[in-house]
Amino acid sequence: MHCNDNSRYWMRIVVVAFAMVVLVASGTPASAQEGAEARKFTDPSDPGYEEPIANYDPWEGFNRRMYKFNYGFDKYVYLPVVRGYQFILPKVVRKGIANFFNNLFEIRSVMNNLLQADPKGAFDATTRIVLNTTIGIAGVWDPAMHMGFNRDDEDFGQTLGVWGAGPGPYLVLPFLGPSSVRDGIGTGVDAAVGTIWTSWVINEVYSRSAAERDRLYWGLTGLYYISKRSEIPFRYYETGSPFEYEYVRYIYLKWRQVSIER
Amino acid sequence: MKRFLLMVLWLLFMPAAMLHAAATTGAYDYPFVNAYQATVVGTPTIYRAELPEEVPVEDYSLVVFEDREIPDVFWYSEGLKFSLVRQEKRAPLIFVIGGTGASYNSTKVKDLQRMFYQAGFSVIALSSSVHMNFIVNASTTKVPGHLIHDTEDLYRVMEKAYQKVADRVDVSEFYLTGYSLGGTQAAFLTRLDEERQVFNFKKVLMINPAVNLFNSVGIIDQMLADTVGDAPGAFNSYLGRVIRSFATAFDRSDPLSFNEDFLYQVYKKKIPTDAALESLIGFSFRVSASNMIFTSDVMSGYGLLVPPGTQLTQTTPLIDYLGASLHMSFRDYYDRYFFPFYHARNPLLTPEQLQYQMSLESIAPYLRRTEKLAMMTNNDDLILSPEEVAFLQDVFGPRATIWPTGGHCGNLQQKDVVAFIVSYFKD
Repeated sequence: MHCNDNSRYWMRIVVVAFAMVVLVASGTPASAQEGAEARKFTDPSDPGYEEPIANYDPWEGFNRRMYKFNYGFDKYVYLPVVRGYQFILPKVVRKGIANFFNNLFEIRSVMNNLLQADPKGAFDATTRIVLNTTIGIAGVWDPAMHMGFNRDDEDFGQTLGVWGAGPGPYLVLPFLGPSSVRDGIGTGVDAAVGTIWTSWVINEVYSRSAAERDRLYWGLTGLYYISKRSEIPFRYYETGSPFEYEYVRYIYLKWRQVSIER
Repeated sequence: MKRFLLMVLWLLFMPAAMLHAAATTGAYDYPFVNAYQATVVGTPTIYRAELPEEVPVEDYSLVVFEDREIPDVFWYSEGLKFSLVRQEKRAPLIFVIGGTGASYNSTKVKDLQRMFYQAGFSVIALSSSVHMNFIVNASTTKVPGHLIHDTEDLYRVMEKAYQKVADRVDVSEFYLTGYSLGGTQAAFLTRLDEERQVFNFKKVLMINPAVNLFNSVGIIDQMLADTVGDAPGAFNSYLGRVIRSFATAFDRSDPLSFNEDFLYQVYKKKIPTDAALESLIGFSFRVSASNMIFTSDVMSGYGLLVPPGTQLTQTTPLIDYLGASLHMSFRDYYDRYFFPFYHARNPLLTPEQLQYQMSLESIAPYLRRTEKLAMMTNNDDLILSPEEVAFLQDVFGPRATIWPTGGHCGNLQQKDVVAFIVSYFKD
């Protein structure tokens, strides 16, 4: 029985890992195609270096197509579902659900703080989990914040960055949006950790059959992605700027850089 | 010395206090006496009027010109977007026109929408005529910012938008308002409406209008020139600093929200210096200007930035055009593109004539005699010179309402201001 459960975790991790491989692989041939358009502004001696808000994006053709794909997915699949979710549930309930998932996945911040050799960060995140899971009732509320423990997301992409890994080329991931090669790998690692952790938690608190636990896992996963999108006001192609792709890219990469330096 | 300074400050603000007393009854409870803070921060929650959090907004897309070809690079902007909020029963309908570069679903337009919906109006919200989506779909000349041509384009869009939703709304009377550039345009639209008689607007309110577009954009250009400058790399390091302060204030991994409001959010977290606020206002207008200039150039094929014959596709990197257009001020737009373009259509036109046409001064007699037109602004509106505030006071007389503070559109959500706007249209 236990063995069977273990194989289920690994099944889930393999699904996630496979998805990541597909993403990265789908990016690679595009880089060859778009090589002619590649421009690099990271070297100060380049004449284009002083251009405002330029970034290293050798796979731009692929990325722009993926950006458009994400717009379509958002418009015809993701947002209609999110609107239904927002219609059914009042704001306070949605906030509780978002808090629940933040708490569930805060274990990643603990892990990444440890990997970044930041014991203070790891301690704060652990304290938050303990307080929010108990007083905050499974994380639905965030009392830890009011006690001075602010949420500080640390992901594996940041961990790689802290140990000196540069972002590499900018990469727009299908469904997930702006990323970089480094952060894409980080997202994969974090997703795997989230999968193992969620499965473990379900096993600990939900003593039904394996099939029911499986249903709960996939149900939670679906709810997580709906809740996550519902908290992000961004809508593709609604900034009113013909340079939206460039601005989003610049802000994403700059933001990540600052998050890592801090 | 300090006492002397206080004395000077008191004298400076006295006319404002007196104007205020003349314009309103009761205390005007607005916290910022600093026009930059007001413009950027707006109205803090406790000073705001209570408005419904969510109103039933319906989004629409309109084909304005059947034969308009949408360039591949703007594939996502096809169809002019606008929104309707409707009352179930017979009700007045008001058109709201966004300010410089603002979208029909920008924060300020939505605030006005909620305000009028609560007051019992149906509302049609339109993007500014210098917004990308408008230029691509609805601008006749494709070179926006011209008060007369833009007004004709806006009027056409208002007609078509109303036709599109006519079977969904039962309209008793039509009203019109707009802020900033939209406020200036509201006057020209009223004049055009008297000629065309399609809507026969019952009342119109111009909110924080520019008196002279050329003067106002000069002030805005100067804000950026004074603070950020125009050296190579200046915008890069400036934007980097802005993002850095934002990322430091908010510890989240989702930075996906870029627009003027986003820039404003950045500085809400801590009280910044005047220079920082000035740069922020200047920069967000510059972003709007660069959006407008590039869009217009692609649409018109004029060749200001994009060499004629260049094929831009869905996957063409645009970074070089962004770089070039961010370095163009409104004044550059006027001198190198706007004037030459309209001069080519009318060789007798002088720069001075065109500047004069782009002003409320050019229709002053009309403004003086048109009773259904009223104007609301702030004594410290950043886009107006003191002479221009005096001009508005003089021309509109009792139909002018000038609040002592609020900067440029910073007090639109303030209780007394909202009450005034609603009562103006309802009485």
